[in-house]
Amino acid sequence: MRPYIDKKNKMTKQIYVGLFIIFFIFSLLQVGILDERIFQAFSRVENLLKGMVPPTISEPIDVAGAAVESLQVAVMGTLWGVVFSIVLAMFAAKNVSPHISISYAVKAFAAFVRAVPALIWALLFIVAIGLGPTPGILALAVNSIGMLMKVYAEAIEEIDTGIIDALKATGASQFQVVMQGIIPSIMSIFISWSIFRFDINIRYAAVLGVVGAGGIGWELVRASRVMAYDEVLGITLVIFGMILLAELVTRFLKDRADMATLKAME
Amino acid sequence: MSEVVLETKDLSMEFPDGTQALKNVTLTIKKGELVSIIGPSGAGKSTFMRSLNMLNKPTEGQIVFEGENVLKARGKQLRQIRRRIGMVFQHFNLIKRSPTYQNVLHGRLGYLPSLKGGLGRFSEEDTRQALEILRRVGLEDQAFKRADELSGGQQQRVGIAQAIAQTPSLLLADEPIASLDPSSSENVMTYLKNVCQEDGLTSIVNLHQVDFAKKFAHRIIGIKAGEVVFDGSPKELTEGITNYLYYSK
Ligand SMILES: Nc1ncnc2c1ncn2[C@@H]1O[C@H](COP(=O)(O)OP(=O)(O)O)[C@@H](O)[C@H]1O
Ligand SMILES: [Mg+2]
Repeated sequence: MRPYIDKKNKMTKQIYVGLFIIFFIFSLLQVGILDERIFQAFSRVENLLKGMVPPTISEPIDVAGAAVESLQVAVMGTLWGVVFSIVLAMFAAKNVSPHISISYAVKAFAAFVRAVPALIWALLFIVAIGLGPTPGILALAVNSIGMLMKVYAEAIEEIDTGIIDALKATGASQFQVVMQGIIPSIMSIFISWSIFRFDINIRYAAVLGVVGAGGIGWELVRASRVMAYDEVLGITLVIFGMILLAELVTRFLKDRADMATLKAME
Repeated sequence: MSEVVLETKDLSMEFPDGTQALKNVTLTIKKGELVSIIGPSGAGKSTFMRSLNMLNKPTEGQIVFEGENVLKARGKQLRQIRRRIGMVFQHFNLIKRSPTYQNVLHGRLGYLPSLKGGLGRFSEEDTRQALEILRRVGLEDQAFKRADELSGGQQQRVGIAQAIAQTPSLLLADEPIASLDPSSSENVMTYLKNVCQEDGLTSIVNLHQVDFAKKFAHRIIGIKAGEVVFDGSPKELTEGITNYLYYSK
């Protein structure tokens, strides 16, 4: 029996490798390893680069407004994401969920939401409610839920069941068990993941504008459409500065949170 | 001394995997009694104790606590039964990141409206009481430390304080000293006995160690393979019975 299984496994492996090679050759024929246009592009790139310097921003107020809007989209998207995730996590975590089937249903929902990229959520929400920052906020919130709910639920499942028993035994209600027992127990994990997610959302928020979901991305598209490459570089630098600033802030927050945890652990 | 606090009738429990943890346990506990339940590990001591406040649900039988049918209780009625039964655990089960006094205050949750308790809005009177109870278990200096900064013996005294904060009429303790060193064990059992006697509490304590059980209790119940095989005073617990309880098949 054993050699037969081994042989069978080997055969499946060979089939996979064969399929992969066929796909690879097919792609090579269709797309080519290097598009020849890359070699002809030097002069165009030269023009582009020349057009980019010096970077300018023709409408500083508009651009600043758009940058702030991106930040707002990121903050609001993260906030809604965090709030919904924590509530849903209470139903997803096996040890606090009212029923195991609810836990599976909510986790499946999260897996689905996670599988759809933020940009596609943005497009869907734009179709549903029109252009502007609101679909951007919703897209980021939904995309955050997919990830945060999973990590929050896992953190809750790690909690010692004895803690939950002890609170129940005092006559505490489910809400009290959550607020007085579960939330304090997962606080540090909760904070660090939420900050991490905010970091991701800032980056998304800058890009979401490209499809019309509010913020600075839109300015970038506008400038490139009129071939104002100096402005494209200017706006890119603004985005760069924005993300850098956000990173500094989140790192500061994270250090503070870590320090509080460390101090508490002494 | 003769008022009945707790009664179980033919209490049986079968876990979903088919383990028969309790078999027809019929017991009557009177007001003011200090009872120790002894028996080898796996005998069903924890399962019995956790049935009394419905942390696990027995499959058959009846539990009557102060005249109320525990197994029929749901929602608010169950919460009101639970708040009158304090419980102390082997692993303390405190909220490690919360300060000591907050852990004691958790004993009041059953008395607060859900929202108020959830948000931790305990009354000034409750807080004063919590600090007073901490003084009674010798922890007034530790009130504002995080629970996990305390030693094991101290954490267990916080556990006792939390149970006392419930102003319970029955105190349950499930192997309260099983994870403590001998001198902390001694100390914790002394505090436990003292608070029970000072407040006239009825108490049931699961203990693995027979000598501690004899010292603590007025009455000892021996459980083996889910059945009550001994029920009597510490004096009546002979070496023969202990041997039967712990060593015979
Ligand atoms: N959640 C559970 N599922 C299945 N069997 C269990 C569970 N908890 C306890 N048991 C079984 O029930 C019996 C009694 O356990 P327990 O009450 O914990 O004993 P004790 O506290 O006396 O050591 C044991 O055989 C144990 O394996
Ligand atoms: Mg046990």
